[in-house]
Amino acid sequence: MSSDDVNMERRRFLVATTSTVGAVGVGIAAIPFLQSWMPSAKAKAVGAPVEVNVSKLEEGQLLKVQWRGQTIGVLRRTPEMISDLGKIDSVLADPESVESEQPEYAGGEPRSLRPEYLVVNMHCTHLGCVPQLVPQVGPQPFDDNWNGGFYCPCHKSKFDLSGRVYKGVPAPTNLTIPPYSFIDDRTVMIGVSPEGTV
Amino acid sequence: MAKITDGLTKQAEALLGWVDERLPVTEFWNAHLAKYYAPKNFNFWYYMGSLALLMLVIQIVSGILLAMHYKPSAEEAFASVEYIMRDVDWGWLIRYMHTTGSSFFFIVVYLHMFRSMLYGSHREPRELLWVLGMFLYLLLMAEAFLGYVLPWGQMSYWGAQVIINLFGAIPKIGEPLTQWIRGDYFISDATLNRFFALHVIAIPLALLMVVVLHLAALHQTGSLNPDGIEIKKTKGEDGIPLDGIPFHPYYTVKDIFGVAMFMILFAFILFFWPEAGGLFLEHDNFVPANPLVTPEHIKPVWYFTPFYAILKAVPDKLMGVLLMGASVLILFFLPWLDRSPVKSIRYKGGWYKLLLTIFTIAFVRLGMLGMAEGTPAQTWEMRIWTFAYFMFFVLLFFMSPGARTKDVPERVTH
Repeated sequence: MSSDDVNMERRRFLVATTSTVGAVGVGIAAIPFLQSWMPSAKAKAVGAPVEVNVSKLEEGQLLKVQWRGQTIGVLRRTPEMISDLGKIDSVLADPESVESEQPEYAGGEPRSLRPEYLVVNMHCTHLGCVPQLVPQVGPQPFDDNWNGGFYCPCHKSKFDLSGRVYKGVPAPTNLTIPPYSFIDDRTVMIGVSPEGTV
Repeated sequence: MAKITDGLTKQAEALLGWVDERLPVTEFWNAHLAKYYAPKNFNFWYYMGSLALLMLVIQIVSGILLAMHYKPSAEEAFASVEYIMRDVDWGWLIRYMHTTGSSFFFIVVYLHMFRSMLYGSHREPRELLWVLGMFLYLLLMAEAFLGYVLPWGQMSYWGAQVIINLFGAIPKIGEPLTQWIRGDYFISDATLNRFFALHVIAIPLALLMVVVLHLAALHQTGSLNPDGIEIKKTKGEDGIPLDGIPFHPYYTVKDIFGVAMFMILFAFILFFWPEAGGLFLEHDNFVPANPLVTPEHIKPVWYFTPFYAILKAVPDKLMGVLLMGASVLILFFLPWLDRSPVKSIRYKGGWYKLLLTIFTIAFVRLGMLGMAEGTPAQTWEMRIWTFAYFMFFVLLFFMSPGARTKDVPERVTH
C-alpha cells in the first residue's frame, strides 16, 4: 500500500476518537479505586450519639469525651467566667459567631444551651490540634492580657471561654459547637439536638 | 582503560559474548561506567549523589526487615514497634538504622541540592534533571511523613492530624478531601493501614522509577563540575572530552571512599546517638497515640521544620498553607529563575555569594525556629527569614542577567 492512499485526516480523527474513548474508560475504571479510599460502611456506622454525665463536674472543670472520633469538651463555667465573656469582644475575630459553625440554639455570647455548660468540639479550626484550657485570668507567656480561655500549643491560636477565636491567630473561625441536648439536669447527649430545633 | 573483560579467561569471555548477543551487558557497562566520561575536577560535594543512592538502598533493606515484624493496626502498631526494639534479635539496630537513616537521607539530599545551587548544576541543559530531582524530593518528603505515622506514637498521630488538615484549607473540596485521605472522620486505623501501604509499596515504587529517570537524564547531559564548564565542548581527536575521565574506575573508587567515610559517621551516630536528642526521633513519639491529648509542643522532624516555620509565620490558615506550598514549589523553577550567563559560584561574582549565604542562613534559622516553642519574638523572626527566603528567588531573577561576572576559563581548573 502506498502512502498516497492514506487519508491522514481520517486517520487523525480515528486516533483522536479512540484515544478519547480509551481515556474516558480509564477514568471511569479509576472510580472504584478512588472510592475505596472513602470512609467505609463500618466507619460511617460508628457515629452514634454519646451520653455524658455532667453532675460530677466541679466549677471550672473540663471533661473530654469522644464523639465520632472528635474530642468534645464539656466545661462547667463559673459565674465570673460567664460574666467576663463580654469583656474582650474587641480582640475577637468573630464575637457574634457569624462565620462560625454552631447550632442555632447555641448562639450568642455563651454559645450554649445553658450558659453554665459549654459543650464544644475541642479541635482547633486551624489544623485540628486540641487546645489546652488555660482558665486563669492574667498575663501568660503567650498573651499579656489573658482573660482565660483555650490556647492551642500547635500554632498558637487563642480562644475565649466560649471557644471564640482571637484576632491575628491562624485559626479562621470559632471552635465548632456540636449538636447536643440535655436529657435531664445531669446528662448531656452529644450528637442529638433538642427536640424541635435545628 | 578498564574493560569489562579484564582478567577474564577465554571461557568467561566466550560466555560474556553469548550473553551480549541476548542482553546488552557490555554495552551498558561501557555507556554508563567504563566509557562514561565525567569531569576530572569533582570535589567533596559530588559524593552526595552516590550517597543518596546508598541511603535509598539502606532504607529499602532495613524497611523490608521492619515490615516483617511491624503490624499496621491502631491496636497493635505501637506495641509491635516496641516489640521490634526489645524482643526481635537485632531489631533495635534495624529500627534505628531506618529512623536515623531517614535523617541522614535528608542531610545527604539537602547537601546534594545545595551543590546544584553552588555550581549551577540545574542550569540549561540540565533543567529536567533538576525537575526530576525535585520530584524525588517531594516523594521523599511524602515517604518520610507516611513513615513517621506508622509507630503510632503521640507525634505520629498529631503530626498526621496537622498535615492532613493542611489539605482542609483548600476552599470547597478541603473537607471531603481530608476525609478521603483519612478514610474516616478522624485519624484512625483506616488511616494507619493505608499509610502503611503507601509507605512500603506505592511511594518506594515511584521513587525507584524516578531515580532511574533522574540517572537517565544525568547520563544524557553528563555531570557539570565546580567550574560550571561543559567538558563536552573541548574534545580530543578521539572524541573524548579532554577534561573527562572514565567513571569507572576513577569515580567508582572515589565514591567507594566516600561511602566508607560516610558509613563511619553514620555508624557512630547510629550506635551512640540514634535519636539525636529528640531531633531524629522525638520524645513524644515514645508515648502511644492518644486522640484526647495533644502534646504540649507539636513539631515535625527537623527536615520539615523550615517549611513548617513558614506555615507558622502566617496568621491566616489558607495563606499559611499556600505560602508553605510555594516555598517548596518555587524550587522547581530555579533553573529558569537564575538567568546569569555564568553557572558556577566561582565566576558569578560577589552578589551571588552574598545572596546564597543569606538564603542558607534563612533556611537554617527557619529550621531552628520551626522547632522552637514560638514566642512572639520568634514569630517575628520567622517572618523576617520567610521574607529573606523568598527574596532570594526574586533577587536572583532580577540581578542575575545584569550582574558583573568573572571570566570563565576554557578548561576546568584544579
